[in-house]
Amino acid sequence: MSQEMIFKRFERFWHWSQALLIFTLIFTGFEIHGSYSVLGFATAVSVHTVAAWTLIVLWVFAIFWHLTTGEWKHYLPTSKGLFAVAYYYAVGAFKGESHPYKKTTNAKHNPLQRLAYLGFKLFISPVIWVSGMLYLFYSDWPAALADVLSLQSVAYVHTAAAFAMMVFIVGHVYMTTLGKTVFSHIKPMITGYEEPETPKTNSLKN
Amino acid sequence: MRKITTTKTWQLFAGLLLVFLLVESLQAAENRSPTTADHSKFKVLQGDFKSAPEVTEACLSCHTEAASQVKKTTHWTWLYDHKETGQQLGKSKVMNSFCGMVVTNEPRCTSCHIGYGWKDMNQPPPEEESAVDCLVCHDTTGGYKKFPVLSGFPTEIPREWPKGSGKMVMPPNLTEIAQHVGASNRETCGSCHFYGGGGDGVKHGDLDSSLHKPTASLDVHMDAKGLNFSCSECHSTWGHDVAGSRYQVNAKDTKGLVNPGHAEVKAASCESCHNSDPHPQAKLNQHSEKLACQSCHIPEYARGGVATKMWWDWSTAGRLTEEGKQINQKDEQGRLVYSSQKGDFGYGENVVPTYAWFNGTVEYTQIEDEFDASNPPLGVNRIQGEAGDPDSRIWPFKVMRGKQPFDTVHNTLLATHVFGADDTSFWKNFDWNKALQDASDKTGFAFSGEYDFVETTMHWPITHMVPSADQALDCVACHSADSRLAGLPGIYMPSHDSNEWLDRIGWLAVLMTLIGVVFHRVALIISRKINKA
Repeated sequence: MSQEMIFKRFERFWHWSQALLIFTLIFTGFEIHGSYSVLGFATAVSVHTVAAWTLIVLWVFAIFWHLTTGEWKHYLPTSKGLFAVAYYYAVGAFKGESHPYKKTTNAKHNPLQRLAYLGFKLFISPVIWVSGMLYLFYSDWPAALADVLSLQSVAYVHTAAAFAMMVFIVGHVYMTTLGKTVFSHIKPMITGYEEPETPKTNSLKN
Repeated sequence: MRKITTTKTWQLFAGLLLVFLLVESLQAAENRSPTTADHSKFKVLQGDFKSAPEVTEACLSCHTEAASQVKKTTHWTWLYDHKETGQQLGKSKVMNSFCGMVVTNEPRCTSCHIGYGWKDMNQPPPEEESAVDCLVCHDTTGGYKKFPVLSGFPTEIPREWPKGSGKMVMPPNLTEIAQHVGASNRETCGSCHFYGGGGDGVKHGDLDSSLHKPTASLDVHMDAKGLNFSCSECHSTWGHDVAGSRYQVNAKDTKGLVNPGHAEVKAASCESCHNSDPHPQAKLNQHSEKLACQSCHIPEYARGGVATKMWWDWSTAGRLTEEGKQINQKDEQGRLVYSSQKGDFGYGENVVPTYAWFNGTVEYTQIEDEFDASNPPLGVNRIQGEAGDPDSRIWPFKVMRGKQPFDTVHNTLLATHVFGADDTSFWKNFDWNKALQDASDKTGFAFSGEYDFVETTMHWPITHMVPSADQALDCVACHSADSRLAGLPGIYMPSHDSNEWLDRIGWLAVLMTLIGVVFHRVALIISRKINKA
């Protein structure tokens, strides 16, 4: 059976550079927050700022790519099968049942993934971006904004969003290991190709 | 033979040293445009001057408007009408926590007046034009000295000073000095401003004799081997009026660079030369909105090896030995820590400033102002400004502390007659009742007869002793748990501030997720084994 290209080259580039940048941002961000001291405050601020701008540029390209290729449709939420997937991770997996969802090039994310990624894209990321930009341009706030907003509240929102991001990452990384083997979900994100699914009965015989 | 060689080597060495020193002094002099007038060639300055006012008359014969210009300035009037607070301040009016007030101590205090013979603070300074002291600012020889107790005059005969020290102060060579006048310099300004409060470095903390020849690491602008600025390079003058005031500080200069063609007196601010965004990093420039340049660029004050006074407790003054003799105790560094005349002293060197929001306006507790004595310390001066006020920035200060006499009935500070060879002065008689009563009698300020000592503070803005930029504070001096700005209201600084509960909940959420996935994974492994079996 021939292999299917699930994750396009740009998509993979986008995903992994975004991952690298987000790890950098979390690492430097919590140093700026005062949780530890590794790079030094000034370096942490510089790296954090550069990484943030880089990620913004990456996002501009990613949004353009999603819109022009129609890939954005992969993130449309659906309730169809959502319960089945949730049930699988909560109960079915322990009973040895097989994953109820089969990814295709038309719909490469299962309903639960769709919801998680949509939350990531529509909630966590925008909150981080907006609060981060407000933080970065604090000195240029117009008076009307300064009257209703404090740096403290912006910093709290930014920190809270960073925690939400970490929770997402922990969950996300763990979920990728729940494939047939630990790396079977990660591999297509690197090579782009999904190995054709083999019937469950076969795998049980091994 | 060998001995001769050694001598010659030494001569050669001494000669080279001399050449080196000459070159050094010439280099230092090159910072100024050469003058068009050689005062030693002026006929009017050839005479044998009998007194300092005679020199002034000679000066005024050419510089006809100089005296009337000087007389309009704060340097002369010792009066300052504060536009913001409405208070009338100035040296002749204000109280400080060092020597108290000028009034009733005139001949000592007015030795720093730029005039001759101001002996009564209840009167304006002497009216004669010849009473203006040109030389105290314009001497370039270093030979001109106002004698400490002669109300601004230099001595005309050899006098012993300090009394009993055996050291003689000789009269200055007025002719020599008059023939070598020039622009003011660090020596002339420093002859008063480095010694405020009665001694070297006592008052300000950022002004002392170490600034005569500072290194770049003490003061990059006055660096004797570098920029070698005189005071007037920043404290520019306009018709003898000198820019800069510590009653109304230019705490946030938004005008920035002063370009030629602007008639106003150049503000003595960092921004007037550097603008408000001199850093290559935008983030640092943004700091100047809330922080005075001085806050980061003066890491510590009193760095030149001269200690500044941090504590002055008048309440312990007057203690004498059993034989009735004065006590003078010194610490291991040779600093006076107790004197019968003045009480207890505390000093500081390389002091980390105290930081506060400051809009430039300084208010005083004046001698007639009632205050709440039950709630010390009393601010003899109080700086205005607050977080969120667009005109305020965080400034570094020396906070002077001490105890000084006040009237327990009227709840006012008291003028103290400390200086003078008379029956009432404290330094002669060690009797506060006499000293306070006499000060009251001579000034008209009420004294009930009941007094005590109240703890006081004074804020002195720190703005000199800016080292080269590499010595500016690192981010973590403020952006850290033990921040220099800890406790300052209205600030949120990453790395210093955070919400405890947000952090707790955040880390808990991350931890719970981690535990959750580990639990899930373990359960999965176990269940697979069971399913296989």
